[in-house]
Amino acid sequence: MTADEVATLTPSDEAEACAMVAEARGRAETLDIVGGGSRAGLGRPSEGKRRLSSAGLDGIVFHEPAEMVLRAKAGTPLGAIEAALDAHGQTLPFEPIDHRALYDGGEPTVGGLVAANASGPRRVSAGAARDSVIGLRLVNGRGEAIMTGGRVMKNVAGLDLVKLNCGALGTLGLLTEATFKLLPKPESEATIAIRRLDDARAIAAMTAALGSPYGVSGAAMLSPGMGRDFSRTFLRVEGVAASVDHRSEKLLALLAEYAPERVLKGDDSRRLWRAVRDAAFLAEPRDRAVWRVGVKPSCAFDFLARLGPRGLAHLFDCGGGLVWLATESTPADAAAVRAALAPFGGHATLVRAPEALRAAVDVFPPQPPALMALTRRVKAAFDPDGVFNRGRMYAGI
Amino acid sequence: MALIAFPSPDPTILARRDEILAGLAAILPADGLIADLAGRRAFETDALTAYRRVPLAVVLPRSAAEVARVMRFCRDAAVNVVPRGAGTSLSGGAIPQEDAIVLGLSKMNRILEINLADRYARVEAGVTNLAISEAVAADGFFYAPDPSSQLACTIGGNVGMNSGGAHCLKYGVTVNNLTGVRLVTVDGDILDLGGAELDAAGLDWLGLVCGSEGQLGVVVEATVKLIRAAEGARPVLFGFDSCADASRCVAAIIGAGIVPVAMEYMDRPAIAICEDFAHAGYPLDVEAMLIVEVEGSEAEMAVELARIATIAKAHGVRVMRESMSAMESAQIWKGRKSAFGATGRVADYICMDGTVPTSRLPEALERVGEICAGYGLRVANVFHAGDGNMHPLILYDVNDPAQQQKAEAAGMEVLKMSVALGGSLTGEHGVGIEKRDLMSRQYAPADLAQQKRVRAAFDPKARLNPAKVFPLEGSGA
Repeated sequence: MTADEVATLTPSDEAEACAMVAEARGRAETLDIVGGGSRAGLGRPSEGKRRLSSAGLDGIVFHEPAEMVLRAKAGTPLGAIEAALDAHGQTLPFEPIDHRALYDGGEPTVGGLVAANASGPRRVSAGAARDSVIGLRLVNGRGEAIMTGGRVMKNVAGLDLVKLNCGALGTLGLLTEATFKLLPKPESEATIAIRRLDDARAIAAMTAALGSPYGVSGAAMLSPGMGRDFSRTFLRVEGVAASVDHRSEKLLALLAEYAPERVLKGDDSRRLWRAVRDAAFLAEPRDRAVWRVGVKPSCAFDFLARLGPRGLAHLFDCGGGLVWLATESTPADAAAVRAALAPFGGHATLVRAPEALRAAVDVFPPQPPALMALTRRVKAAFDPDGVFNRGRMYAGI
Repeated sequence: MALIAFPSPDPTILARRDEILAGLAAILPADGLIADLAGRRAFETDALTAYRRVPLAVVLPRSAAEVARVMRFCRDAAVNVVPRGAGTSLSGGAIPQEDAIVLGLSKMNRILEINLADRYARVEAGVTNLAISEAVAADGFFYAPDPSSQLACTIGGNVGMNSGGAHCLKYGVTVNNLTGVRLVTVDGDILDLGGAELDAAGLDWLGLVCGSEGQLGVVVEATVKLIRAAEGARPVLFGFDSCADASRCVAAIIGAGIVPVAMEYMDRPAIAICEDFAHAGYPLDVEAMLIVEVEGSEAEMAVELARIATIAKAHGVRVMRESMSAMESAQIWKGRKSAFGATGRVADYICMDGTVPTSRLPEALERVGEICAGYGLRVANVFHAGDGNMHPLILYDVNDPAQQQKAEAAGMEVLKMSVALGGSLTGEHGVGIEKRDLMSRQYAPADLAQQKRVRAAFDPKARLNPAKVFPLEGSGA
């Protein structure tokens, strides 16, 4: 066995995972949870002594196409899920970001996408990952298997620990199973493109489209230099073909003052939205910091103006409600991003940066003391001895 | 003798009543405290009217700062607090205890901000659900979750219970339409969770607080998403000669990948009760009816309706009627949304709220009928079929204690069945006191212990909305 294999625990089922966690707790060891490794760069650097892998927890537990529900074990590769859904013309509603464009390698898994609350452009119409995860199983830091939620769309029995674990980056437990609600795969899609809008006009056009009755399911802007030497604003509609045609026409008329130019369909449209989803246009150069900034669309322009030249490149998703931003990887730049955002509310997460920077600055937005104390208590409610992913979200927690 | 137990009030609190009232009076304006018995009686129950307890006192704060003062006082005085919106809970979520104060949010009823460009509204907790939609209707927007009680129920209560409604099949329930909450903790800290932006980073506090039934803190303000209404919307009535055909049709529509905006089910007794009340033009000679709403342009609605009609025909639909006008659509929805109130005119009832996987609906409906018949009780079924959220209304006479006991026993059996079929005790009404002792049917001891530890992270002494959601200690449940 290599040193790496010795250091990695790979339970083959939930019961074994419980035993391994209980043992680690008993020895006061810390564990870093790993899935397929495609989102390993997310969060603060790992501090755990050993690794706990979900690789042995593999497979779809059930897929009920007629109920539009799928349950899979946490280590199941996302590709396997997509293949199973494709066969029935279904899809995960939230269009999860594939972080491989920003980081290096790995294989996206069910557990990782839940732990990262990985969502995409369809966020504006279909919600985030947390809105489609309806049930979870996990092993808490006491080595107990916990079930929360279930397999039905509506379920308000007791405290909802499902959403709490979506986006918690494994700090509360090892996910072992997730249940998703599904949507029919859109039969057709079309994308309207508008060239050469400046940031403010692009936001105005996207706001008009998202405030229209035409069910826009994607609203993004790529800056000059991202594929073309001029800016491009994109608006997507999806659904049955006749409806997509109708709504495209209506949108073209609504946005006439912005001179919408042409319509992408089918694979061209899909390829474009994958690139938006993955923030692929900010992937290079690799040493730059990449930020995900949630802001009111009406404030996105002013935020960037306040940030000034430290903002090296940006694109808008969610109509400007999500600003993907690149800066140099320095603490001064990190401070500048948060300072520029402060007057507008909102939140900035450092999605990609060299380890040294992620260790030195807050990756997640700093919280007021009362909320920080609550974070510690909730962490302790799941993981009293801090077995899992110590420091991954907040230093020392 | 009612089935649901209340813990005995703490005699030391009751003995200190005068001192506690004096303390509250010192931190609130004169109209912010109700101490007299007649005034307190108005808060003794909610929409689960078979149970009532007169609270120690009622406070009606006007601001987050006043709520915070009350919370700090109650922490220091070791007094339990029951938050209350409009008191429309069907599960007893707002029913107080004699040794607790009610904290009513009815005076915090201002719409603070409407931002159509960024598509959100920020409102105080006591604003009614419908008031939000009404405030933006002229601009073509709406707030999506639409519980039947939306004229009365408040957004604070909706957040507490993660309320749903007929239109959440497409647009989601409260938690999917909420981006921010201002929460006052048991220590009187005022926390802003989320905001007007999507997906606040860090732990998902909103997802945790929404549906926590007032046990994590007092929601004093909410920021909710506003959605632009589609070009048009139209309900269509489908009448069937058998309940089984109607419920199989529901499963087939979902199975075909069609997600209408709403898909509601009513059986013959429910149709008769609602038609008599609302004169909505429901067919009276069918065993079951679906109200399916589609939306979009005329052409889009026609395409979707044609697909749904094809499926309905394959399931033996006998009556199909499209709404022909906005007024007719309003009547159709009025009939559906008045179902609970209209039923209350003909009998006392308890309303169950179990959810089952949609593919199990036919057998679930059959079992509900058998269970109620077994107790010699009548039942009317009216519910959100598209997401399997059943609402059997079990009819009984509240003046006949034996009947009440039978009705509650039948209700408990229905809920156990929901869980056994892979569903949940409650889809949108919450656990409250009503389903508290059934929680161990749905969750293993470790699951419930985990939930309780998270609750304790917010409220270590369990002073907020006590004796609800979780089985009572020592109840043997």
